[in-house]
Amino acid sequence: MRHTIAVLVKDHPGILARVASLFTRRGFNIESLAVGHTEETDISRMTIVVKGDERVLEQITKQLNKLIDVIRVKDISPNNSVERELALIKVNTNSLPARSEIIQTVDIFRANIIDVNSQIVTIETTGTEDKINALIELLRPFGLKEVVRTGKIAMSRGSVTTSGLKI
Amino acid sequence: MRLTGAQIVVECLKKEDVKVIFGIPGGVIMPLYDVLYSETSIKHILTRHEQGAAHAADGYARATGKVGVCMATSGPGATNLVTGLANAHLDSIPLVAFTGQVPTNLIGTDAFQEVDICGITLPITKNNYVVRDVKDLARIVQEAFYIARTGRPGPVLIDFPKDIQLAQTEFKYPESVSLNGYKPTFSGNVKQIKAAAQEIKSAKKPVIYAGGGVISSNASSELRDLALKTNIPVTTTLMGLGSFPETHSLSLGMLGMHGTPCANYAISDADLIIALGVRFDDRITGKLDEFALKAKIIHIDIDPAEVGKNILVDIPIIGDIKNILEKLNKYVLKKKETEWLNTIEDFKRRYPLKYIHNEELKPQYVMETISKIAKDNTIIVTSVGQHQMWAAQYYQYSEPRTFISSGGLGTMGYGFPAALGAKLGCPEKTVICISGDGSFQMNQQEIATAMNNNLAIKVIIMNNGYLGMVRQWQELFYDKRYAETTLNGNPDFVKLVEAYGGTGIRVNKKQELCPALEKALSLDKFVLIDCLIPREENVFPMVAPGSPISKMMGVE
Repeated sequence: MRHTIAVLVKDHPGILARVASLFTRRGFNIESLAVGHTEETDISRMTIVVKGDERVLEQITKQLNKLIDVIRVKDISPNNSVERELALIKVNTNSLPARSEIIQTVDIFRANIIDVNSQIVTIETTGTEDKINALIELLRPFGLKEVVRTGKIAMSRGSVTTSGLKI
Repeated sequence: MRLTGAQIVVECLKKEDVKVIFGIPGGVIMPLYDVLYSETSIKHILTRHEQGAAHAADGYARATGKVGVCMATSGPGATNLVTGLANAHLDSIPLVAFTGQVPTNLIGTDAFQEVDICGITLPITKNNYVVRDVKDLARIVQEAFYIARTGRPGPVLIDFPKDIQLAQTEFKYPESVSLNGYKPTFSGNVKQIKAAAQEIKSAKKPVIYAGGGVISSNASSELRDLALKTNIPVTTTLMGLGSFPETHSLSLGMLGMHGTPCANYAISDADLIIALGVRFDDRITGKLDEFALKAKIIHIDIDPAEVGKNILVDIPIIGDIKNILEKLNKYVLKKKETEWLNTIEDFKRRYPLKYIHNEELKPQYVMETISKIAKDNTIIVTSVGQHQMWAAQYYQYSEPRTFISSGGLGTMGYGFPAALGAKLGCPEKTVICISGDGSFQMNQQEIATAMNNNLAIKVIIMNNGYLGMVRQWQELFYDKRYAETTLNGNPDFVKLVEAYGGTGIRVNKKQELCPALEKALSLDKFVLIDCLIPREENVFPMVAPGSPISKMMGVE
């Protein structure tokens, strides 16, 4: 079972190491981790995707809460949230027919071409993990040169916020 | 008032009412020591190794309930504190450690005596800090003490670069601590407390399982009230020894791997376990799948992460044990399960702790004798190994903070420096350190600290010339192949102490023990008694690792 956890942390140096070390030491597996600033200065938000049953999730949540610089931990259930991931994909375009087929695929997925030369195109796409996986699989036969993904970020739907401060 | 960073730390220490610091100076912590040099209200105890300083601060904290403070320089000084911090972390002991650090412009350059001590101690401290701006210093020190002693206590480390010690700023001690990521739950949920009272009412075979949390929350008298009102028998963990008087008929003694048969049978038979400040450690539960199968479990603890970690709990109550027990004691009704108490009495009668009494100087006899001779309120401090278990089994503890031992980490060498810390914290009490010959040699350099500060503690060495507990396991589980457990080359401990100007007594025979103990206790100075015990005496009962706790070796 996969879970997406939102973690609000104080923007201190070392907080990432603290969270990562906790996962390593307790044997929890991180599938992806995305960190960035929030609407509040000096508070960052981590979106962590982890694998485990309910009991593992409960331990992860409790152990994260014990870290002094962790302000709030919330399990973002997939049924009631929006999630997005961004990917950059560099693809081979050695032949002209390949190039036009790639452009069509990009259009279908409502992705963008953000860099191009005679050998490659670089595609930018956002969406759910499934959509990005599907695009990558369609592009694979052309020859993937490089793929980079941000890892998932997620937010609850409606007026609920993770900080619980403003509704 | 403009002060240097070093002066600010000392002012903060005074605000936190710190009386004693244990440590060793070195290169980059000299500015701080320079301020301490002229400070009269704080006593600095120079140990001979930083590990000794950390354990002494830990022993001080356990004996007094206050925050222990230790100090070391950067690099090797800081790394030498690590074992002591891990030890305090696993046993939830409040410590604040200061380490010197190379100047901020050199951090990250592999400068002389530079290590990333915050990185190293990340998983073994409750929190740690590198001070990068002198303006943050007072707040950080205040937070460190607050975090160390509140909630589930633990060690906090402050890494203190040399240039920050010298930098100046306006000193103002913040009025209060504000940490929005740290708000430990104090009062328990009343609904849960009422549910617990209901379970206690209907239980036919209840047992209280009390641990170190009862001692750290100073809840011994509330525990006593609960047990006496409901006539529920009490077993304690190693860390919980002293939280309930072992002289009382409701006491079952210690449970677990080397626990009493009656405690292990009672837990295995119980229909309700009231777990107070414990963590269902593997040394307690034995085979987890077979632990207390018939029992509902009420778990009261300040740390939510401990509840449901190893075992599923029926009624969790998060908060301070003292606070919760005060409320619970109002809701529980008087009761007495006579049949259950008769069963317990039967266990006790049929399966007492026992050893073969003969002319030899048995370690169990040594502990029984100390238990008889020692005054009330004597503090027993142990290291780790067989002697620790004999000290737990054969000495009767009746007050909290009178048994001090390394539980979670199992640190050999802990006892002696911790005893020095305990004596400094409680100079009016008798402090007896029980150690093995192996454990003692891991920190014996601190004899100098004891002598230098006239610390009149008594050290009893249970000398069997082995790493005894490992040897016992080799005997039982490794076909008596005693790989590297024979301590050839041990010193003459009596002469060793004499070399430092102390008093040593050797006890070879049973009849020499009493006079030696009486002499040692009558002298107001450091005395070491070297007890030559039978070399291959074993600790029983024993639950083999991975077995259920109802299956004990050494019990027929």
